[in-house]
Amino acid sequence: MSTEETVGAVERPIEGEGATLRRTIGPGEARRGRPLPDPAECQRQAERMLSLALRAGADGAEVLVRDGRELEVKVRMGEPELVKEAGSRGLGLRVLKQHRAAVTYTSDFSDAGLERLARDSVELALLSEPEPLADLPRPETLARELPDLGLWDDRVTELDVPEAIRWARLGEAAALKSDARVTNSEGAVFGRSMGASAFATSAGFSGSFRGTNLSFSVMPVCDDAGGKKRSGVAWTASRYLKELVDPEAVGLDAARRTLAKLGSRKIATCEVPVVFSPDAARGLLGQLASVMSGGAVWRRSTYLAEREGTPVASSLCDVVDDPLLPRAAGSRPYDGEGIATRTNVLVAAGILRMFLCDTYAARKLGRQSTGSAGRGVGGGPHVTTSNLILRPGKTPARELERLERGLYVTDLMGFGFNGVTGDFSQGAAGFWIERGERAFPVSEITVSASFDELWKGIDAVGDDLDTRSSILTPSFRTARMTVGGT
Amino acid sequence: MARLTTGSSGPATGSHPPDRLPTAKLAPLGGIDAAISGRLLSAALGSGGDFADLYFEHRFGADYVLEEGRVKSVGRGISVGLGVRVVRGDATGYAYTEELSEDRMLETARTAAQIASGGGAPGPVAVRIAPVPAFYPIVESSLDVAGIDKVALLRRADLAARAADPRIVRVEASLAEEWREVLVVSSDGELVHDRQPMIRFGVHAVAEENGQRQGGRSGGAGRFGLEYFSRPGQSPEEHGAEAARLALGMLHAVEAPAGPMEVVLGPGESGILLHEAVGHGLEADFNRKRTSNYTDQIGQKVASALCTVIDDGTLGHARGTINVDDEGNPGRRNVLIENGILVAYMQDRISAKHFGLAPSGNGRRQSFRHEPLPRMTNTLLSPGTDAPEDIIRSVKRGVYAKHFSGGQVNISNGDFVFSLTESYLIEDGKLTAPLKGVNLIGNGPEVLRNVTMVGHDFRLSDGTWTCGKDGQSVPVGIGTPTLKISEMTVGGTRTA
Repeated sequence: MSTEETVGAVERPIEGEGATLRRTIGPGEARRGRPLPDPAECQRQAERMLSLALRAGADGAEVLVRDGRELEVKVRMGEPELVKEAGSRGLGLRVLKQHRAAVTYTSDFSDAGLERLARDSVELALLSEPEPLADLPRPETLARELPDLGLWDDRVTELDVPEAIRWARLGEAAALKSDARVTNSEGAVFGRSMGASAFATSAGFSGSFRGTNLSFSVMPVCDDAGGKKRSGVAWTASRYLKELVDPEAVGLDAARRTLAKLGSRKIATCEVPVVFSPDAARGLLGQLASVMSGGAVWRRSTYLAEREGTPVASSLCDVVDDPLLPRAAGSRPYDGEGIATRTNVLVAAGILRMFLCDTYAARKLGRQSTGSAGRGVGGGPHVTTSNLILRPGKTPARELERLERGLYVTDLMGFGFNGVTGDFSQGAAGFWIERGERAFPVSEITVSASFDELWKGIDAVGDDLDTRSSILTPSFRTARMTVGGT
Repeated sequence: MARLTTGSSGPATGSHPPDRLPTAKLAPLGGIDAAISGRLLSAALGSGGDFADLYFEHRFGADYVLEEGRVKSVGRGISVGLGVRVVRGDATGYAYTEELSEDRMLETARTAAQIASGGGAPGPVAVRIAPVPAFYPIVESSLDVAGIDKVALLRRADLAARAADPRIVRVEASLAEEWREVLVVSSDGELVHDRQPMIRFGVHAVAEENGQRQGGRSGGAGRFGLEYFSRPGQSPEEHGAEAARLALGMLHAVEAPAGPMEVVLGPGESGILLHEAVGHGLEADFNRKRTSNYTDQIGQKVASALCTVIDDGTLGHARGTINVDDEGNPGRRNVLIENGILVAYMQDRISAKHFGLAPSGNGRRQSFRHEPLPRMTNTLLSPGTDAPEDIIRSVKRGVYAKHFSGGQVNISNGDFVFSLTESYLIEDGKLTAPLKGVNLIGNGPEVLRNVTMVGHDFRLSDGTWTCGKDGQSVPVGIGTPTLKISEMTVGGTRTA
């Protein structure tokens, strides 16, 4: 992001004013004649929509404009199977009229379309009932200056379809060649997105930023006994091209992970210590954050509602939500209501320190927003995490498996988490551990516990923090879970 | 992986304008005609593709949410666009645009064409309008009804849930409606036009007693107008009372057992078994690529002889029903497994061509931003002859599954889970204690071989089922009679 993306109070948005940003066009893009997503242009549109909404009679309004470019290339068995390329934009509007709210969206940016949206939205708001707590945030809570979070890589714009195909071919071929038992493939997928996002609110904020994202995955398939097939995946993702793991290494890792599943079997029902790989732990950490949301608290739909200031996890656990992490997948300079983002400590040494709140949840609970509003084009503000982090521990990851007997979980399946009660039961696959070694792969089993016991029972946290996505977690071990098997 | 979910977790549908706009009669794609389509298809095939299609889509949606006795927000949205697909061999080029100017559409067609290389530009494609069946004739779009009438439906559900018991401490009711208009034009020269309504209603109730909290959900969906609510069991009051009943019943739920047990699946929602255990594995793309555990199994016995599994896109007004699929082929009823023998996969165009078969009306996509894939419509198990009471009575110790929140399957090895939200222990042939939320895990082919009784009480679930595959969500239906599985792994916490 550049400092040219200035942010200022919106007093009277005038079309054509607002932030400016020099457009950078990579060679590939220039050739296509398709401009890059432009935050300044998005911001102009957001400000224009805002003024239309106010002119149509809204007491207050918020506008989100997003513009994105998408490229997805899939190669399977050496040949391109899908090449998908497109640009897409959308506009989301929330209007308030007499403390009544309506949330609308459109992909129609014509003058007539936007004017109609403004009028219809104000009229629509009168169908809802007054809820003063849902008014816009107070001006003094809004972001004043935007940090440069380094979310954009110019080199990403230069990537073209042939280069994406080359990556995918190299990665898949590395997996297929690495072992004769790798007989098939669900393909290798290279994805690139480039997007700009702008937000303007009549509470007094208008801003924009842009970001790039790259991802690459390889999915080999092996034949197993009894006609079963085993599929596995390895992937890399980053906002920066040079930070992606190279395609051959991803392919080899994918093959290794898939081969390791050959001969998977069930185990007898038992209670044992369970180690979660970073891939499996990611889902657990996301579920934990969902029950630390202020929205879940006032809705009485979290088992942690009355637990602030008390232990909710082992003292080895520190959980932080950090939107300001440079170059990270979930970083954002302001939240979905235009409030300045900040680092929030959710859990310190196992003690629940706070609930994440947007303005509405904060008012419902009689506290301040934590700058945690998310906002999509299709919906209103709601509490979200940004970069959710379980701080890595000191235990070398391999040492988590120093168990007489236990289970190492690599994959979790299903929807078996009930945030209201904290009951947890999911399908699982991974490895059986005996005397500190992975004895054999297991699948078609379940792992169950109360979520509270699972987190409080953590007796080791690995040092292998996985930074690829917006949920960053190392592997960890919990002392005891019920494993359902034969 | 592919997953099936219920509830309001699907993508926001967005919404519709207040009542004065002539929504259902709006002809948003009115500017698109055979001549423009022909020019676009010609551009799409300009680099030598074998086949191309255009997918014009206009979506109008609205949603209403009532919480704490108040309508807190109403929403609406509109989404319009064109997706262009060019196929060469098994390869697909895809591009889309939200701007329907001819220049932008031509550029989109040329972008999609880059999958092919070389070959001359054909002349304009001659386009003719093809007939479309009518499996969901609409009396009146709910989007044409005054918003205040829909708010009244939410209030009725809210009141019914609260009235059920003083322990109900929170109720949320929601209504979402959508009107989707699609125009599919293929380089075969066929143009089809369909209007696809969808209404979705849901109630979530929270019950509290002695510091214990439990939630319950009830909801339904289908291709209806507001007549949805006059069908049996589907009034706002019935949905409200059902959500309250589930939440209250769970207050006294006990920990579920862990390990292998006999399982009885109740009628309706248990159709999730077919969706996960065989449905995805019978989608033709996985079999064409030989990554499904049902690859090369046509003609073989893959299930108990009691099992006849059908994917039926023609059931009147059902959530997964389609007059035409998203490649322009009519919705169809396809028998997949007949008395235990695998007879057919679900095909889209690319896979059908590979297998030398006709498309089966299963080529579906989430929106104009997505390429079509073989997908399920309404996936069903045909009724058998057993009485449901006899099936329960035959079990000494097991689990009876009634309501589900979703399921997930690993297509390559067939392992699947489904998550129960209402289930009971069966002891000596009788339902006893309600069980806390629990997962069942099994392997598709194994579980289907272990079906030992099938009831005569077939029921179609009216639930809000949404199926996810390759990042695309589509609405689907499920249905089954009561059935018994001789062994599945129950994922409870009690090992004793």
